[in-house]
Amino acid sequence: MKIAICVKEVPDPTAEKRIDPGTNRLVRTGENTLNPYDRHAIEEAVRIKESGVETEISIVLVGPASAARTVDKALAQGGDRSVHLADDGLADSDILATSRALAALLERDAYDLVLFGQQASDAECYVMAAAVAERLDRPCVSQAASLTLDGSTLRVKRQVETGYDTVEMPLPAVVSVSDAINEPRYPSLPAIMGAKRKPHEVLSLADAGIDPDTVGGAGSRTTVRGLSKPAGRGASVRIEDDGTAAEKILAFLVENKVVV
Amino acid sequence: MKERICSFDGLDLSDDQRDVLEAIRGFVDAEILPTVHQLEADDEFPQKIVDGLRDMGLFGMRIPVEYGGLGLDLVTYALAIAELSRGWTSVSGIVNGQYIVGGMIATHGTEEQKQRFLPRLASGELRCCFSMTEPDAGSDVRAIRMTARREGDELVIDGQKMWVTNGLRAGLIGLLVKTDPTADPPQKGMTALLVEKEAGQEQVGGLTIPMPPLKKLGYKGVESVELVFDGHRVPASAILGGPDGEGQGFYQMMSGIETGRINVAARGLGIAMRAFELAIRYAQERSAFGKPIGQHQLIQAKLADMATGIEASRQLIVAAARKKQAGGRADVEAGMAKLFATEVAQRCAEESMRIHGGYGYSREYEIERLYRDTPLLLIGEGTNEIQRLIIARGLLARHAV
Repeated sequence: MKIAICVKEVPDPTAEKRIDPGTNRLVRTGENTLNPYDRHAIEEAVRIKESGVETEISIVLVGPASAARTVDKALAQGGDRSVHLADDGLADSDILATSRALAALLERDAYDLVLFGQQASDAECYVMAAAVAERLDRPCVSQAASLTLDGSTLRVKRQVETGYDTVEMPLPAVVSVSDAINEPRYPSLPAIMGAKRKPHEVLSLADAGIDPDTVGGAGSRTTVRGLSKPAGRGASVRIEDDGTAAEKILAFLVENKVVV
Repeated sequence: MKERICSFDGLDLSDDQRDVLEAIRGFVDAEILPTVHQLEADDEFPQKIVDGLRDMGLFGMRIPVEYGGLGLDLVTYALAIAELSRGWTSVSGIVNGQYIVGGMIATHGTEEQKQRFLPRLASGELRCCFSMTEPDAGSDVRAIRMTARREGDELVIDGQKMWVTNGLRAGLIGLLVKTDPTADPPQKGMTALLVEKEAGQEQVGGLTIPMPPLKKLGYKGVESVELVFDGHRVPASAILGGPDGEGQGFYQMMSGIETGRINVAARGLGIAMRAFELAIRYAQERSAFGKPIGQHQLIQAKLADMATGIEASRQLIVAAARKKQAGGRADVEAGMAKLFATEVAQRCAEESMRIHGGYGYSREYEIERLYRDTPLLLIGEGTNEIQRLIIARGLLARHAV
């Protein structure tokens, strides 16, 4: 079984995000790290491997050469090898362009399963898995809360607002896992130190056979015309507990049709 | 981008070193800081934290790679101890016996002793403690009274040890005894023993561990006990370094003590970092006289002094660790780091308490724990009074005219 996990380097999610007013883009010059949601995807792949299925886990990343440390973090979490597309021509890629680059990388190898984290913590984008699946013409399920492998069939419990859907799909497939699917383990110190010694494949656009005009700024269709802060919340209702708070809260919820 | 408080910048660390330290910081943030308050209030051994550290491979940090450890350098070790101590200094105490005794075995042990103990120390399966101090002998190590006399293939140990961290849960004791009580000078009659025992047992052969453990101002969650030996028998093979190790114990233990001092300095650094972190946040959240207290100059002076002390401590610790790592004698540097960083820790804990006002004094908040955990560092691993003597003697010897 060959599993690819598409991971992303993001600005430290614990730090406040800043937008460059000149370019309308997120400032990425500070401390960058592995998208925390991707750790759930890696953990899930490791659990499949630990269940006894012979598995090779590849970490796939599109990003600048400086993202090599993020690749190592992902490998320390449980990958066996990495494929890193690092080319200056990728700068300014939007979702369309990045999905094209990722699909091209994934097509170079016959992966049975491609996993994503549910979202990227930088732009809070949830759709990359779907975009890549579309390009690869593979079935795709998002928000997976559990994965069960049965031969070449994957059963996915999918979290939805009203409960769970259970979806069966043939492999190869693309799945984005919810952050409730597992609790990622801490990478061990030997794994952290061993990550650098795992096989790293670093590719340019030419190596990967990607036309430079289809990625980067040239291959992107997104223009950020303006940015504004989200509207503030409306006036809050303060309920002091004089013994009737529970009733008042219930009345408020009923009035606003939160509960019926 | 907001700069991280107490980042690893400016220390000239390799990617490996940074990755290891960041992993430990992540563990401390997620697993230690949210639980330490209750654990310390209950004086409870942090089993879950210890299990997590074991899974991470932290127990083998200083054990050579060929015996199953990570063989990490002293700088990474020191900064890792600071990170753990930023969460809870007791946790650094729990892992420290492992490092001291493991280091002694790696340096002075026979091949048989290395094979026998090091892999289990690296995995955390075997926990150990280090025991030198006695009721009437602390800084003055030459004054110890515990004896081990030979009877055939055995050694018979009599005497009492004090303030043994991890003493109950340890399965191995690194023990300093006198095998020749008449030796002059006394250190020539001292021997280091590797005494195995059943972990968690209060009575094993002639060894008794009186319960309950000693009550302390801080440093909770990890037991500090007495060890009472009354005719306790161990095989003669327990001598560190084999038969040639007899009479070498004082020197073997002293070679590890520079590392021990760097360790205590690093614990001070960790506490100071946490005290500062809390103080600079609170100084911006709390307002008085119409503005955040961090805008008042007297609070600013405190923040500036704390941060300066912390940065200086880090540099002293890293310099001492680098010198020791390079194989040089680092008694003066380790002494300076220990003296300075632990005094800074106490000042930072107190200043953070003053900045927090009444909240800092409350048991509901973290500061009072930091305040109670620092005095041990002034006393342990050679009091700061002794450190000054060591530094001065070392300097006079180096610059003798």
